Amino acid sequence: MAETHSLQDMRQQAAIAAKVFIQRDYTNGTVCQFQTKFPSELETRIDKQQFEETVRTLNNLYAEAEKLGGSSYLEGCLACLTAYTIFLCMETHYEKVLKKIAKFIQEQNDKIYAPRGLLLTDPIERGLRVVEVTIFEDRSLGR
Amino acid sequence: MKNCEYQQIDPRGLSTPSSTQPCTENNVQRSRRKWEVFPGKNRFYCDGRIILARQSGILPLTLGLIIVTSGLFFAFDCPFLVTHLTVCIPVIGGVLFVFVVTSLLQTSFTDPGILPRTLPDEAADIEKQIDTSGSSTYHPPPRTKEILINQQVVKLKYCFTCKMFRPPRTSHCSMCDNCVERFDHHCPWVGNCVGKRNYRFFYSFIVSLSFHTSFIFGCVVTHLTLRSQGGNGLVLALQENPASVVELVICFFSIWSILGLSGFHTYLVAFNLTTNEDIKGSWSSKRGAEDSGNPYTYDNIFTNFCATLCGPMPPSLIDRRGFLPPEDIPPAVAVDMGRPPFLAKNDTNMEENCQGFALSCTA
Repeated sequence: MAETHSLQDMRQQAAIAAKVFIQRDYTNGTVCQFQTKFPSELETRIDKQQFEETVRTLNNLYAEAEKLGGSSYLEGCLACLTAYTIFLCMETHYEKVLKKIAKFIQEQNDKIYAPRGLLLTDPIERGLRVVEVTIFEDRSLGR
Repeated sequence: MKNCEYQQIDPRGLSTPSSTQPCTENNVQRSRRKWEVFPGKNRFYCDGRIILARQSGILPLTLGLIIVTSGLFFAFDCPFLVTHLTVCIPVIGGVLFVFVVTSLLQTSFTDPGILPRTLPDEAADIEKQIDTSGSSTYHPPPRTKEILINQQVVKLKYCFTCKMFRPPRTSHCSMCDNCVERFDHHCPWVGNCVGKRNYRFFYSFIVSLSFHTSFIFGCVVTHLTLRSQGGNGLVLALQENPASVVELVICFFSIWSILGLSGFHTYLVAFNLTTNEDIKGSWSSKRGAEDSGNPYTYDNIFTNFCATLCGPMPPSLIDRRGFLPPEDIPPAVAVDMGRPPFLAKNDTNMEENCQGFALSCTA
């Protein structure tokens, strides 16, 4: 029966079996989007729909960060008028969305991926190049 | 069907006190920041807040020329022009000067969009993909990847230094030894690469510098004209005002290049090109046969301007001021541990707990 154990105990038993890297999808240009293709290594671990939903939400969040619209133009023009000195004191729109993304990934890890022995790494830690999914070995505890 | 038991990994199970025992000796060692071990050829100041290329040779010259010329202008020409014309002249000159210097410093000290090098796991994964798709003969597999961007075929090259396929519009700067996103060029006058994150500062610098040099040139010409009309001719006016002559010479020679550069970059921004792409002629071969082959353009000059200069400011991808995990974690475990995303970036207590786990695992 699966029980909740502290990470310390887990690390002693759960070794990393593999890492899967979800690459960027450049079909729409240089905007930050990740491929929604389901990697074969995760077939036994997680539902395809669930995974694609996670990646799709991530893509939407990044699209929101990079959206060209009224508010981003306003921020850009204001920055230009102040000789870009407001960047020293103000948090940009992109940074605010990055915080949202970090929270989203943590939630996903807690609710969906950790119970299945998986761990998502925030793409910002990998230079927005890949979404790294760490697969832990499954080992049933003999107690 | 395999009867697997997946153990719940409790992400909040890190704060167990027993783990801190083995790492008390680690607390003595100062935590190092990531900029101290940055692999590119860059220099860092103010504890990682300011980044410069290693060879920033001409930046002091650029700053010096601007400050000296402006200083001479304010000291020698402005008093005469204020009394004879208007007080607006030093005000406008001052505003332009502030714009020029701030944009220059922002261009020089901002991370241009450097891509961090891949970690060993990711590099190995990419290598594996290249090997499986390559031919089985002795000929090494080609290190390029073709992708479709907006129905246009674009080749991505593999970077041997950074061990990854470069994203589109990214280029490796040999002077800084970094891959830079939306690489425009490496500017020695500014002492840094010009890329995605600092292109707007660079453009603002050259445009404001064009206005500033033109303004000073115009004012100095007005000054000398007024003096020569009121006094004994132009030659005497020139002899009596050596500072103005110096400014005239500097401005005259700078204006051609600066105005030319501003015009060139305005054209690049209007068509959403980079200097790198323009020089290599990446998209020009298609012009004439079909509409512009550039897949990144919005096909509207105004939108291109807005997107390039007023778009959202992307974040720096190299975490300069983040802390490194201490070196005495054995390399194998360090790679596995990485940095779990749910830790706060500078939360050293949590990191020390992690090291504790690592040590207890290998003990």
